[in-house]
Amino acid sequence: MLKLVVQNILKFVLLMLAVSFVTFALVAASPIDPVQANVGQNALLGMSAEHRAQLSAYWGSDLPLWERYISWLGGVVQGDWGTSLRFDAPVAQVVAAKAQNSLLLLALAWLFSGIFGFVLGIVAGVKRGALVDRAIKGYCYVLASTPTFWLGLLVLMVFAVWLRWFPMGFSVPIGVAASEVTIFQSLQCMVLPALTLSLVGVANIALHTREKTIDVLESDYVRFARARGESELSVVLHHGLRNLALPALTLQFASISEIFGGSVLVEQVFSYPGLGQAAVTAGLGGDAPLLVCIAIASAALVFAGNLVANILYGVVDPRIGGGRRA
Amino acid sequence: MLKLFGAAQAARPAGTQGSVSLARLIIYQPRYTSRGNRKTALVACIVATLALLVIVVAGLFCQEAAQVADFSRSNLAPCLEYPFGTDRMGRDMFLRTIAGLSTSILVGLLAASVSSVIALVLGTAAALGGRKVDAAISWLVDLCMGIPHIVLLLLISYALGKGFWGVAIGVALTHWPSLTRVIRAEVLQCKQAPYVAVAERLGQSRLRIAARHIVPYVFPQYLVGLILLFPHAILHEAAITFLGFGLSPEQPAIGVILSESMSYLSAGMWWLAVFPGLALVVVVLLFDLAGSKLRSLIDPHQAQS
Repeated sequence: MLKLVVQNILKFVLLMLAVSFVTFALVAASPIDPVQANVGQNALLGMSAEHRAQLSAYWGSDLPLWERYISWLGGVVQGDWGTSLRFDAPVAQVVAAKAQNSLLLLALAWLFSGIFGFVLGIVAGVKRGALVDRAIKGYCYVLASTPTFWLGLLVLMVFAVWLRWFPMGFSVPIGVAASEVTIFQSLQCMVLPALTLSLVGVANIALHTREKTIDVLESDYVRFARARGESELSVVLHHGLRNLALPALTLQFASISEIFGGSVLVEQVFSYPGLGQAAVTAGLGGDAPLLVCIAIASAALVFAGNLVANILYGVVDPRIGGGRRA
Repeated sequence: MLKLFGAAQAARPAGTQGSVSLARLIIYQPRYTSRGNRKTALVACIVATLALLVIVVAGLFCQEAAQVADFSRSNLAPCLEYPFGTDRMGRDMFLRTIAGLSTSILVGLLAASVSSVIALVLGTAAALGGRKVDAAISWLVDLCMGIPHIVLLLLISYALGKGFWGVAIGVALTHWPSLTRVIRAEVLQCKQAPYVAVAERLGQSRLRIAARHIVPYVFPQYLVGLILLFPHAILHEAAITFLGFGLSPEQPAIGVILSESMSYLSAGMWWLAVFPGLALVVVVLLFDLAGSKLRSLIDPHQAQS
């Protein structure tokens, strides 16, 4: 057990170092001039060449990549992630605020897509070959091929423009101070993004659970249970659920990466102030420190999800010992 | 029951991290679907390929026409003459959609092909190169899957200064991991075959064994994997362009069209978003159909079921 913990911590540190170096190198390779991004184009034009060189030396933007990375890493270890250019605040603070919004949205979408996907999968598996099954399967296949952002646009059109049940975007209603937003109002803004993410997320888990359900229903113990005269419902509840829930949960934990990816798009469509939208703003606005921090945060989130999934794999199938490659 | 080739290894990445779901989608195998319907599968495969070809060629021919602005016909709802309506500048949305689809498909094809070559090389190397190479490559896979796709695409596009090369290289560099796992599993399976052992005993070099015995065995799976990569590549290209990182606004691309349509949604101009998106879904489904039918045609495991 201790070995497993140490192993995973090591893995985590190694992965984070690699991810941070890759993102840092990518951001550093960008053609966006860091000095210009920091002082703005107008100020840069008014500066003399010496002044520019001075600034560049002061910020160290002419140092080799390694030295810049080490000095950035030194700051990060001490909790200094730099200053966000677009939000004019410490990066850690911006990310913490955005992460709160995002995590809430992700959690909701994760939960709903998991539950609905699981239920749909079982229904399809039990009714294999019937109309319900074909409808669910068709839905899943089409959904897997649907761009998340387009679905978001459709949802926005139907519920916000056409039916007017929800406001168009804006997590803060117009004319209300940000501090006076009630929980109800912020929840209201979360419904549509969460709905979109859940609709998309259902496909995977439903198809997976369907396969598993068919496997279980073909097993000997289910045949025996049926022979004893148990009803279909009782078979599913007593013999199916336990066998189906754990693999589904595992899959759901492993799919956090995709839900996060979807949230980037959905947040953009609904102008929801989360990590994804901040990443897009940072990327379009040349805000390198923020972009790096968000990338690392998302990688940490995915790692956490995968870690849980790996531990669950071990529980589901004892042959896969302790999260090691078989 | 015959379980699909490396499904167990690839779908359950044997305890390592990574998005299981993508791998599952790529090698996902619905049971009891095709029972020797080889003729239907062949026809479906050909029809899907032809339809895609028509879209691409038509798109290439109407690039010019798609740009024509005519303010006398701006903001028209879909009608017989303009089946997808027109936008604020009076551009025919049907032509723009076709042109955009063709751009998106071509970028997707290019990127996915490069990506699949990376997967082929890395997957083969992982299976044959010994323990250390395997560990290194599986770590690379973990690293690449450790960052959400969209975020990685965003970073690469940022590094390359956006634009066409940003998307193309980004998509190429992010889509290899799942196929790498499939190929690794396939090669490992082939490696245990008697004829490979014989070749080894005969003193053939590793390179020669890889080229003469293993590549021909793996190639069909690779081909199917490649075709099933296309839809992912196209969807990601559209997504990253939608976010403003991909193709420039002047180019007709589905992502650009949909991101423009966002400004007109509240004005009730639904056709700007609905039809181009629907067309994209159809294209992606066509690729999916072509790939899965082709697999059922060439996969010997399935031919027996």
